[in-house]
Amino acid sequence: MVFEILSYGFMHRALISGIAIALMCSVVGLFLVLRRYSLFGDALAHAAFGGVAAGLFLGIYPTWVALGVSVSSALGLTKIRQKFQISGDATVAILLSSGLAMGVVLISISGGFTVDIFSFLFGSILLVSLENTILILGLAGSILIIILLLYRQLVYTTFNEEQAKVSGIPVEKLNYLLVTIAAITVVSSMQLVGILLISSLIVIPNVTAMIFSRGFKQTAILSMIFAVFSVVTGILTSYTFNIAPGGMIVLISIIILSISLGIKSSGLIKNKTIISSMKQV
Amino acid sequence: MKIVEIENLTVEYQGILALDRVSFSVESKDFLGIIGPNGAGKTTLFSCMLGLLNNYKGEIRFFGTNIRKSKQYLQQIGYVPQKPIFEKNFPSTISEVVGMGLTKNLRKDQIDEVLQKVWLHELSHRRIGDLSGGQQQRVFIAKALVNDPQILILDEPVTGIDSQSKELFYQILRDLNQKENITIIWSSHDLDAVAKLASKVACLNRTLFFHGISEGFFHNEDLLKMYSESSMQMHMHHHED
Repeated sequence: MVFEILSYGFMHRALISGIAIALMCSVVGLFLVLRRYSLFGDALAHAAFGGVAAGLFLGIYPTWVALGVSVSSALGLTKIRQKFQISGDATVAILLSSGLAMGVVLISISGGFTVDIFSFLFGSILLVSLENTILILGLAGSILIIILLLYRQLVYTTFNEEQAKVSGIPVEKLNYLLVTIAAITVVSSMQLVGILLISSLIVIPNVTAMIFSRGFKQTAILSMIFAVFSVVTGILTSYTFNIAPGGMIVLISIIILSISLGIKSSGLIKNKTIISSMKQV
Repeated sequence: MKIVEIENLTVEYQGILALDRVSFSVESKDFLGIIGPNGAGKTTLFSCMLGLLNNYKGEIRFFGTNIRKSKQYLQQIGYVPQKPIFEKNFPSTISEVVGMGLTKNLRKDQIDEVLQKVWLHELSHRRIGDLSGGQQQRVFIAKALVNDPQILILDEPVTGIDSQSKELFYQILRDLNQKENITIIWSSHDLDAVAKLASKVACLNRTLFFHGISEGFFHNEDLLKMYSESSMQMHMHHHED
């Protein structure tokens, strides 16, 4: 059965893109979760929804419009947040509702929901074309290289912005870079995982990894393993049972989190910090 | 040799003077205690010195260079904030946190060496969030020391720490100043500790009303009385606000 599934070309594309997305989401997500920006991915996805609707309305390739809308919204809101000192959760709420509002208005004008919009909302294996796969691989590769090159500065800024500034790290520029990377990650992942579920892939594998690990690198590696496992098994099961892949991927990552919590509460591992980790989700 | 010179430093927040024409200098190997009540401008002074606050009047020079012209001086400074704010579950070991302070490539022996100086080498693989407040502050001293700085700046570093940990902390500061010749600029409102440790004292309450050798302040009844009256006024002013 598995061999039969793996013989299809669209499945190759879905799995290759899925693994790239899993690696990208987990690494970028770790920085967002630790900055208490867990829902920022969700807000960016809603902004992307507005972009997808605009693209479909205008007849332009929706992913590119979504990318433009997400990146510009992320940068704009970061600037507004710094200038007017608006809190992080309020920024997320503004971005989330404005993206959704834009999408709903454009969809209403163009005569209601279409199959295309549903695929973007909940994810679809069939949406991942060869061009998409190449684009996702290129973006994921670039993002992972940037994070690797700026790893120490990004970790330090995430840990404590003031101290990072005193060490001469350009904190504001790094913050702009991180939100841009997050926007690109969300948009490139939305076709497979779905706009409504993408933030889970950013948050859940990282929270699960934090149960087991002590160090930052260890957490990042564990999170990547959990994310890749969830995405691969999610795609395979979703095809087998004809279910939207986004939902399956998230449910599998929730199952891994539940098992990890079970192991933790049984006392097999010692880590005092898990309860407060959960509060972030 | 003067390594820090501050001239007529004035900072104004929404029409209120946080610092008013503050001038003093720090010489190499000084252990300077900056004392003053809450709201006296100690943290504002440090923010200016560290380049975190730029809308000040006057001039700040480190190693003879105006800090507005170059940020190179920051490489010679280790900074320990009042109570570093970080995510409690931050998944980093003590070694990783200390390594964050390194400006060059990470070298494990450098990290082990500074952890030994603060007596934490045996806990290097523990998660930072699992340590007590006192231990965490020692980690931040180690982080500040990892680039071999000439100057260590500490902003009320023992706030909220138990007395036993405070003593250990003070012992470490004394050793760094006397054995390693590190210049220390340290703000505190613990007058007893400043009297015991600091070689020089700067007394700040928006303006600087004393700067000199420690004995000059602590053996002068008039100055001590003036300091306590000024602190009391500030305290009452805060309550009225």
